[in-house]
Amino acid sequence: MTSANGEPVLKVNDLTVEYETPRGMLRAADSVSFELRPGQRFGLVGESGSGKTTTALALMRLTQLPGRIVGGEVQLDGVDLLGLSENEMREVRLAQISYVPQGAMNSLNPVIKVGNQIANGFKDHLDSISRSEISERIVEVLRSVGLDPGVSRMYPHELSGGMKQRVAIAIAVSLGPKVIIADEPTSALDVVVQREVMLTLRKLQEEIGAAVLIVGHDMGLMAQFASHVGVMYAGKLVEVGEVLDIFDNPFHPYTRALIASLPSTSRRHRLTGIPGLPPALLELPGGCSFNPRCDSVMEVCRSADPSYDQIREGRWTSCHLYAEAAT
Amino acid sequence: MSAVLEADHLTRVFSRGLFNKVENVAVNDISLRVDDDNPSITVIAGESGSGKTTLASMLLGFMRPTRGEIRYRGRDIHSLKGDDWREFRRNVQPIFQDPFEVFNPVYRVDRILTQPAQLYGIADSEDEAHEMVEDALQQVGLRPAETLGRFPHQLSGGQRQRITVARAFLLKPKVIVADEPVSMIDASLRATVLESLRELKTELGISIIYITHDLTTAYQVGDSIYVLYRGSVVEAGNVENVVQQPSHPYTQLLMGSIPVPDPRVPWGDDLSAISSGDQRDVEVRGCAFAPRCPHAFDRCEDDPPHYRLDDDRAVKCFLYEDRPVTDLESMLSENTTSPI
Repeated sequence: MTSANGEPVLKVNDLTVEYETPRGMLRAADSVSFELRPGQRFGLVGESGSGKTTTALALMRLTQLPGRIVGGEVQLDGVDLLGLSENEMREVRLAQISYVPQGAMNSLNPVIKVGNQIANGFKDHLDSISRSEISERIVEVLRSVGLDPGVSRMYPHELSGGMKQRVAIAIAVSLGPKVIIADEPTSALDVVVQREVMLTLRKLQEEIGAAVLIVGHDMGLMAQFASHVGVMYAGKLVEVGEVLDIFDNPFHPYTRALIASLPSTSRRHRLTGIPGLPPALLELPGGCSFNPRCDSVMEVCRSADPSYDQIREGRWTSCHLYAEAAT
Repeated sequence: MSAVLEADHLTRVFSRGLFNKVENVAVNDISLRVDDDNPSITVIAGESGSGKTTLASMLLGFMRPTRGEIRYRGRDIHSLKGDDWREFRRNVQPIFQDPFEVFNPVYRVDRILTQPAQLYGIADSEDEAHEMVEDALQQVGLRPAETLGRFPHQLSGGQRQRITVARAFLLKPKVIVADEPVSMIDASLRATVLESLRELKTELGISIIYITHDLTTAYQVGDSIYVLYRGSVVEAGNVENVVQQPSHPYTQLLMGSIPVPDPRVPWGDDLSAISSGDQRDVEVRGCAFAPRCPHAFDRCEDDPPHYRLDDDRAVKCFLYEDRPVTDLESMLSENTTSPI
């Protein structure tokens, strides 16, 4: 564990989120458990519908009806966020755990100047802050994401996509949170801008010593940005480990297939996708959800759901192939 | 060697404002050609604002160029009428970026397949049409029983996009213009769709103009590549050469920004070497890339011509001033064996 140090700042235990649909109860996140230590960058990857955004929103307690958090714990520095009142939670958000939403560029209020949107966080969380202090902090935070302080007087529509994304990050780091959650922060951006935005996020995260949870489907981006990776499939976390370790030695057949399907620029080869389709959460196959697409499927996979176990130091997976190695 | 589709010095200018006209050159003097008996995948690569979608619209006949001409089998497509126009339309088919928008939500997905089969008289009977549709679906890895009879909202993005590829299989056009066909699909399904595209070329001899911002997938499927920056081709050549040894500073920047799916090949941390291109409305004088270019020098105040690097590469940059000047058009007519 290179970048991990100290006690976990965020501990997620058996987090479960369900959505009520006309066709029945749907479990979008199923007993998700992982830990984040200060300085870690944890990449949560999976296909659309795998539950990664559901998990991210639940950590912020921003799950909206018909979705409900039905079980588990989210401990931020020892405090279970799921047990807080709505008012207490409001004080924790942004100040201690902040969120850069998916398509953050469209999350800014179009009729409020950028500076005022940043100022809102300071006003809500810091009681005795003066006007001039707020202005100073806005300049500081805009500079930290590589934007000209003049941007504070502009409206969101006057900015490019990359600049808006930087503003969203500026807001997320403005109060020096312990955990930053970023949901596909660069999915709509060009590669060049994507790299700049991700490097900016990494620089800031290192400066304030925060842990980052980044949600996405691009394993390439995870390889570049994350220190640890968690792979989700059909609502469950199926593999967790350090990024190098996962790329060198993926355990779960889904992770293996995911890495094998990546096109590279060093070698031209026949592209192999993952056969089949992700299952509908309302019609999950019996046993392991991945069994219909798995190339190592065994008899037991069709009947029993594998448990999520630690296979070795820092590595967890849920797959019957490793039943014996599980400790 | 005859050309099916040829773009000859295409330029498209958008202007706004009534009295104080502001002109934006979306596509600047681009030539390309697709040969009949040498199916190929030509990549048009560029970021948003590079003009790649404008170029696609012109190649498909949806938009007229301001200057230049698009020829289908030697004739200007905008002079084609009646059956000739229909033949062009049938043989030059689009695959669009957003698989959610090409389907009419009130019809079953079958319609997008059976309608063209009937319209272009490909099948003689309904049974035959049905058989051909099923065959086309299987070609792209879809099970007909799970696809036919469904409404668009019952299918995933990857399934829908593969239906549009199946449609191309069915119509067997000469050329497909595919505008970001995999950008809306999950990474795990991209490989399948791209492989289907490659099979269109190898098995059915269909040429593809593959428009994308993603140089990784471009490298995997492409034969030749045009890198676009603000409407101009800044580098063109064989995809292997361009990707392995990018020569234009912009191509180098693009390549360096790809998140390589290998934690051992890190992105450079150097933020100073690159600066964002947040200057879309600034009027360009000289080389459009100069304001972002780490190598910019006095010469860049002029607009550089294309210089010829290897046998088949053109680079629009003064760094290569010692090389012979070329233009895309003449390279195309010279290089008939391999499309540039």
